[in-house]
This record gives sequence, structure tokens and C-alpha cells, in this order.
Amino acid sequence: MVYKLVWENLKHRPVRTLLSSLAIGLGVTMMLTLVGVGEGMLRDQEARTRGVGADIIIRPAGSSAIGITPPNINERLVAWAKEQPHVTQATGVTIQPLGGVSTVHGVDLDELSKMSGGFTFINGRPFQSGQEAIIDEYYAKEKKLHVGSVVKILNRDWNVTGIFRGGKLTRMMLPKSVLQDLTATTGKVSVIYVKLDDPKQTQAVIAHFKQTLSDYPIYSMDELASQFSVNSIPELKTFIGVVMTLSVLFGFLVVFLAMYTAILERTREIGILKALGAGQSYVLGILLRETILMAIIGSLMGIGMSYVTRWLIATFIPASMTQAIVYSWWPIASGITLGGALLGVLYPAIKAARQDALESLSYD
Amino acid sequence: MTEPIIAIRDLRKTFRSGEVDVHALRGVDLTVEHGEFLAIVGPSGSGKSTLFNILGGLTPPTSGTVIIDGQDLMKLSDSGRTKLRKKTVGFVFQKYNLLPTLTVGDNIEIARDIAGFKGPLDQQFRDVIETLGIADKMDRKPRQLSGGEQQRVAIARSVVNHPAILLADEPTGNLDTENSTLVLDLMRSLNKKLGQTILMITHNPEAAAFADRIVHMRDGHLHAAA
Repeated sequence: MVYKLVWENLKHRPVRTLLSSLAIGLGVTMMLTLVGVGEGMLRDQEARTRGVGADIIIRPAGSSAIGITPPNINERLVAWAKEQPHVTQATGVTIQPLGGVSTVHGVDLDELSKMSGGFTFINGRPFQSGQEAIIDEYYAKEKKLHVGSVVKILNRDWNVTGIFRGGKLTRMMLPKSVLQDLTATTGKVSVIYVKLDDPKQTQAVIAHFKQTLSDYPIYSMDELASQFSVNSIPELKTFIGVVMTLSVLFGFLVVFLAMYTAILERTREIGILKALGAGQSYVLGILLRETILMAIIGSLMGIGMSYVTRWLIATFIPASMTQAIVYSWWPIASGITLGGALLGVLYPAIKAARQDALESLSYD
Repeated sequence: MTEPIIAIRDLRKTFRSGEVDVHALRGVDLTVEHGEFLAIVGPSGSGKSTLFNILGGLTPPTSGTVIIDGQDLMKLSDSGRTKLRKKTVGFVFQKYNLLPTLTVGDNIEIARDIAGFKGPLDQQFRDVIETLGIADKMDRKPRQLSGGEQQRVAIARSVVNHPAILLADEPTGNLDTENSTLVLDLMRSLNKKLGQTILMITHNPEAAAFADRIVHMRDGHLHAAA
């Protein structure tokens, strides 16, 4: 019966219930979007790294497993790697940050194409001269570029000659030697990708590499892939913590204001319940249940809205961001929001439960 | 000989209004027997609503003795008075006081829920619903009912838990003559058929005439009818 009263109370003020739930849901959406973007971008980066087709990755000395690294590996190591046992291919890649999380890669397209099993061009062709660039379908969509477009990077105009199917290394590629010249890193690369004749030999080859390159982080593809997690990025964890705190605060304020006004509005009804013999716990129970129900509705709306943000990101900025739907965070985000909502209802609910029955009945 | 259901001796109630002490009840003595229909008549400010609120456990007395169905109200704590409202007394108010979000059926059901009663309605109460003429209105919301119908629902709600006493505060105060007569007839019917003890507060002598006994209240004192 109490649940019916709770439900009818929420239905009685549909706009207030909807707006309060929506506001609660925004907190859930904020969390799910942030975690989803973090996870999505990591997964996307992992997929693109795997798309290279390498078995072993050599990164510069002192660098972390993920993150943008300056080109400071001597390119001669690529030639050295090619001569090692079980190595069938090796290619060096230069990475140049463009601001934010955007980068441009300088590659030897023939080597990379061979290692990765070939590029699929949706439009156009590979670059051939120093003034040309190729981009993936997501970058083309976001920046509204097509074959023949001119894109300005590093204070230079580049002709887009091809749009390739995404999932290979990066969004934009330039000839490696040209990028090295432009950034004064001739003879240097950021990462070396190595392909073996037999993937089962990966650990043996890594061990062999480390005898010579002891200061260099060297990973198998699986090891590197395992590093693509939120836990590997402390800044992201901190940011998620900030958003979680804001969500709790948001839920608290929304519910506090909504329930405080609702209780004022329903003073007489609370008086009626008390006249019928409802104790403090009964009144408290009604208001807590209302809040929990509102938080559940809000959480469902928030989860729904996270699909909307994913669609918006995929439609308008597919190259800059990728949002994953992280199911494991649904209960976490909902629980955090519910916690904030329960904190928000506490004071109004206790105030209502302690209301004097006679005074409440006299309220008009 | 059975004990009276209400026994009041030298009941006093003083409350503070601003910086002034208001003596609302100044030594009330009253005995109500089981199954009696009593009307307390008095003008505004006579103290009759204060008496109603004390008997209903809505406010504690200042001094005196109030025994209701064997319970001494002076000794009851706030939770004790809540328990009294749950099972011993039923209220009918002038303004009906139905919960607007619930249907008629649910307004009755919530009173049972609060009192901890589960299961289907008993036959005696089903008969009461028939007598009150609201059996076909159980799915309606209060706003879909006339004042007279709302008051009949309030009466049904007040007796659903079979309270020892039905307290009615100006039950016809918001009704026209036709509905007033209907409601008072129904209350008298409940009193006669079920033996329901009823204590009605009114300022209307015509309404009071439906009761078995009338007492007058003035300036915080009770006087038997002339």
C-alpha cells in the first residue's frame, strides 16, 4: 500500500517528478559519459594499435606503455631489429602531437601496409609526395574532409589524397621522412613495431631484445593491450573522482530542493497520515521510498541519456572521441547518485516525520 | 457493570499563544458509555476542538485524568498517542481530509495499512460501505466526488479498523442541508446497528439533535443539556 501511495504521489506531480529525475539522471549521464569516453578511447586506441599487425612494440627509454612519446629512438634500431631471429618485419613510426589528444603519425606506408595486411581506401589513394596526407574515415567525417581537401597541420598545407578504413594505427598519416624533417627529428622514431614469423616466439624475442635494449620498454601486443585501462591513467581516475563528487552533490541539491518543497506542499497530507496513526518511521519510509524511486527513474534516464551522448559523439566528433557503453558502471553510477539523493532527502524527511500532527492538519 | 469508554476528570489544557497563556479547558468532567452517540455543542473558542484533539491523541492534556478504552492519556508518550490513533479512535473531520492522490479504496486501505491490518475487508465493513453508498466509487479520486460523498468516504475510513470511538469534528460543517442530513443519518445508523461509540463536536444544534445526548461547552467548561 505504501508503494502505491509513493507511486501516486510521484504521478500526482508529473512535471516535478520528471524534472527531478532528469536532474538526478544528469549526474548518472555525466559519470557514464566520462567513464565511457575514457574506456572508449582506450579501446579505440588498443584496436588501432592491434590493427598495425605487430607482435612486439619497442617504446623509447623512460616512456610509459601508453601516451604520446617524442621521437627519440634512433632509427638505426629498426634496421637492427629486422636482422634479429624470427623477425620478419620492423617499422618505425614518428608521432607528433597536435594539441589535446590529437596526433599525426609519420609512417613508411609500404612497410606499415605490409605489416598490417594492407590499407583499405574508401576514397583516393596512398600519399606519394611530401605534400600529401591520408586520413581515416572518422577524421574525414568529423572535419568534413574529402579527397582533394587541404588540411593545415604544423603550419603547412597538406592535400588529402586518400581516406582509409579506420582501425589502423592513427587517424592521419604523413610520409615519415617529411614529418621528421619538419620536426627536426631526422633519424628518430617514436615507436618501433616488430612482426615475427611465429607469434609463439614473442617472449623469447623480447628477452633477446632486452639483452641489447635494456633501457627500452618492450611489450608484446597482449601486454600493451592490457595496459589500455583507466587504471593506467591516474589523471583520468582523479577526474572521474571529481565528477563522482559533483554527481553526489548534484543529486543531493536536486533532491533536497525537490523534497523540501514537496513536503511543504504536502504538510496537510502528512498530518492526515499522522491522524490515522502513522508514526515517524512510516512517514520517513514514504519519503525515502519516493526518493529511491525517483533516483531509479533518474538512473534509467541517465543510462538512456548516455546512449544519446554516445550518438552525439559518434555523429559529430567521431575522430576526437569514442564513447563506450560500460555496463559495469551502471550500478556504480546509479548507486552513487542514489547516495546523493538519500543524503538530500534526509533533512526534509526527518523534518516531515517530526511534524506535529495537529499543526499539519491545520495547514492550508 | 462495564467501565465507561471515556472517563474524563478535571481535564485542563493550557497552551501558549504568543506571550499569553490560553486556558482552553478549565476542568472538564465527562463520562461516555459504550455505544453512546454524544454531541458536544458550543460556540467557537469554547474549547470543544481542544477536547476533540486531546481525546484523539493529537495533543496531550495539561492536567487531569482522561481514560479512553482503559488507557490513561496522561501517561501516554507521543508514540503511545500515535498507537491510540492507529487502533482506538477514528476521525471524521470537517474538511474530509482524504489523501488526494489515492482512490477511495486506497484511502480506506491506507488506514488499514497504518494500523497493520492485512487481508481482505471483513463482511461487517463491506456492509458499512454498502450502507454509506460508496461501494461503486472505490476507484474514484476524492476530486471526482461531491462533498457529501467525500465525507461518507471519510466515515468509512474512520471505522475500517473498528475503533472503540469515532470522533467527528463538525462533520457537516462543509455540507448542504441534504448532505448533512444524509451524513448524520448514516452516523446514527452506524451507532445503532454496530454499537459504534460516537463523539461529535458541532456548533449546529440541528446536527446535535441526531445524538443520544447533548452536552454544551462554553469557556472551557461542559454543561449538561437543559
